[in-house]
Amino acid sequence: MTAAEIFNIFAMQGFAGLSLFSVLLLMGLGLAIIFGQMGVINMAHGEFMTIGAYTIFLFSSLTENYAPAFSQHYFLVAILAAFLFAFLVGYLVEFALIQYLYRRPLDTLLATWGLSLGMQQIFRSTFGAKEVSPTLPNWLMGSVTPAAGLDIPINGMFVMALTLFVTGLVFLLLYRSRWGLRVRATVANRAMANATGIDTRKTDRLTFAIGCGIAGVAGAAFTTIGSTGPTSGSLYIVDAFLVVTFGGTASLLGTIASAFGIAQTQSISEFFLTGSMAKVLTLLLVVTILMFRPQGLFAAKIRR
Amino acid sequence: MSDHDDDLDLISPLRRKLLTGLAATPFMGLSQISLAATYPTAAVNTTRLAVTDTEVTVGQLHSATGTMAISETGSIQAERLAIDQINAMGGVLGRKIKIIQEDGASDWPNFAEKAKKLLVKDKVAAVFGCWTSASRKAVLPVFEKENGMLYYPTFYEGLEQSKNVIYTGQEATQQIIWGLDWVNKEKKAKTFFLIGSDYIWPRTSNKIARKHIEAHLNAKVVGEEYYPLGHTNFNSLINKIKVAKPDCIYAIVVGGSNVAFYKQMKAAGMTSDKQLLLTISVTEDELLGIGGENCSGFYACMKYFQSLDNGNNKKFVAAFKAKYGPKSVIGDVTQAAYLGPWLWKATVEKAGSFDIDKVAAASPGIEYKEAPEGYVKIHNNHHLWSKARIGQIKLDGQFQIIAESPNLIEPNPFPKGYQ
Repeated sequence: MTAAEIFNIFAMQGFAGLSLFSVLLLMGLGLAIIFGQMGVINMAHGEFMTIGAYTIFLFSSLTENYAPAFSQHYFLVAILAAFLFAFLVGYLVEFALIQYLYRRPLDTLLATWGLSLGMQQIFRSTFGAKEVSPTLPNWLMGSVTPAAGLDIPINGMFVMALTLFVTGLVFLLLYRSRWGLRVRATVANRAMANATGIDTRKTDRLTFAIGCGIAGVAGAAFTTIGSTGPTSGSLYIVDAFLVVTFGGTASLLGTIASAFGIAQTQSISEFFLTGSMAKVLTLLLVVTILMFRPQGLFAAKIRR
Repeated sequence: MSDHDDDLDLISPLRRKLLTGLAATPFMGLSQISLAATYPTAAVNTTRLAVTDTEVTVGQLHSATGTMAISETGSIQAERLAIDQINAMGGVLGRKIKIIQEDGASDWPNFAEKAKKLLVKDKVAAVFGCWTSASRKAVLPVFEKENGMLYYPTFYEGLEQSKNVIYTGQEATQQIIWGLDWVNKEKKAKTFFLIGSDYIWPRTSNKIARKHIEAHLNAKVVGEEYYPLGHTNFNSLINKIKVAKPDCIYAIVVGGSNVAFYKQMKAAGMTSDKQLLLTISVTEDELLGIGGENCSGFYACMKYFQSLDNGNNKKFVAAFKAKYGPKSVIGDVTQAAYLGPWLWKATVEKAGSFDIDKVAAASPGIEYKEAPEGYVKIHNNHHLWSKARIGQIKLDGQFQIIAESPNLIEPNPFPKGYQ
């Protein structure tokens, strides 16, 4: 191998790690808000991602059939719609189910798991049991080749940019907006927040819905990487919880750090070991670190 | 098998009667009456199966729900189509086929329970079902203990043979060896990179592939990798392949992982103009999800492709689309599932009986000339003689058939020197 080839592999491998990092972060963000901030164990989080993914598929087949002229442009609109759909469903779910269970975390686990099964069956009845994938616009496919033998996937860059954008937005909302202030106040001390006139019930509902909306965006982004089936959500849920728990609940920075750590370990060890061994190594590492730091990488400063 | 030869002799007069009955087929209604009369229920059913003067009950056991529903739906549809067509022709031995469908729900112990229910409670004469090797392994002891007959449609890893199972898909050597020979001879592939999902079928298949590549083709395996089912991140693997620079990637990735793998291959610039790839796990069904644009130009080795150009297949595809919609596609396993009811019908008619032992004994040598894949015959080992074919993936999600094995390939579920 020549020096140029080695450099190319290094660059592409580095990019592979970063791209896995953005996928994991995007998965974890919504959950970091719902589980991390609100403490709701939402087992149906994966299904909210699936809502986003199916939204893209719906838009893709609609444009294909009715407005082929827009086939290059529908994707961005569809991502917005994915957020809205997941947001609306999340809002409804909070209204109909979650709000009665805040004081009973284990029941929430059961209830949301049941919800996830129900949603899977709805997907199956609506879209069929077969996995689907939307027709992606041409600008999202293929790779950029800055030098011969160096291929940087465009879909990877797209997911990365989207992750950057969503993460920035979440930070902005959480630390620079009235809603963010209310959320942080509610998380820190619910009774006190209530006393100062914050409608914590309304805050909860909005927070849950926004978390679900972000899950929808994540699902939408994943259509550029994998396929969508009724049970796709169950593939993501484990990774999402892993990222959030490892990072330390209630800490957005922790989520980012943990996604980065897991992604790099996984992707580097995958290059040198086999796929299954890499997964074993990553999980072992996570478990070991959690044994010494049960609160996760970053623990938020909350008075309990 | 020798102890069954006596059975064969015993039933041969019955077979002659059957032929007389068949000769009357132009007079359909007449033949039905005469067939049922020629074969009184007491004679064709000595083991108290669910057979009456007008009806015979069979079971269908697939996953209609759960993660495997994606794959098994096609098989359910194909078996239903075959049974409908057989009923329209007058049924089997003058009896209409009634189906009891059970849902395995992608859960292997559940498959075993449902199999037991079908055999013990419903007393079905045959079961068309299972898809994954795990589900087949789960029901096998039930079929052997309760003495039932299973028609199993999926191409699988081999290393199994049972009196109670007819394997209508290819065992591993039928799908692997000829395809590797082809890619070695026609595409001059000398180095191979084997990849697969991490469970029994890909691992056993790659084991056979490696032995064949190293011992018979004098070629080299430069890498072998497995990923958990459902894995969706293949960037590191693709970089590894780029380092190893194999002439040919041999891919046995299944399920949702498939889509991720081919999408990321394309995104990494590994397209068919730069890289040769042969797979045994992508059919028309998988291409619905992957999208032809993500893997066009790559090759698959199967026994059946929807685009197969023969009269049988055209009729089959037309009937399938008429029943399930013009957009439905037919993959290799779907066709193999379609063979099940037809092979069973032919066997029952040859045996002149629904009894499991007689059907099992009469199975070797059964031919089906109207098979969409062309022509099939049941081997003594209960697998099918079949051809292998190479198809090249097209943009529209169909295959262009490039090559075909000159002869039927003998099934060899216990290949010597390959284990």
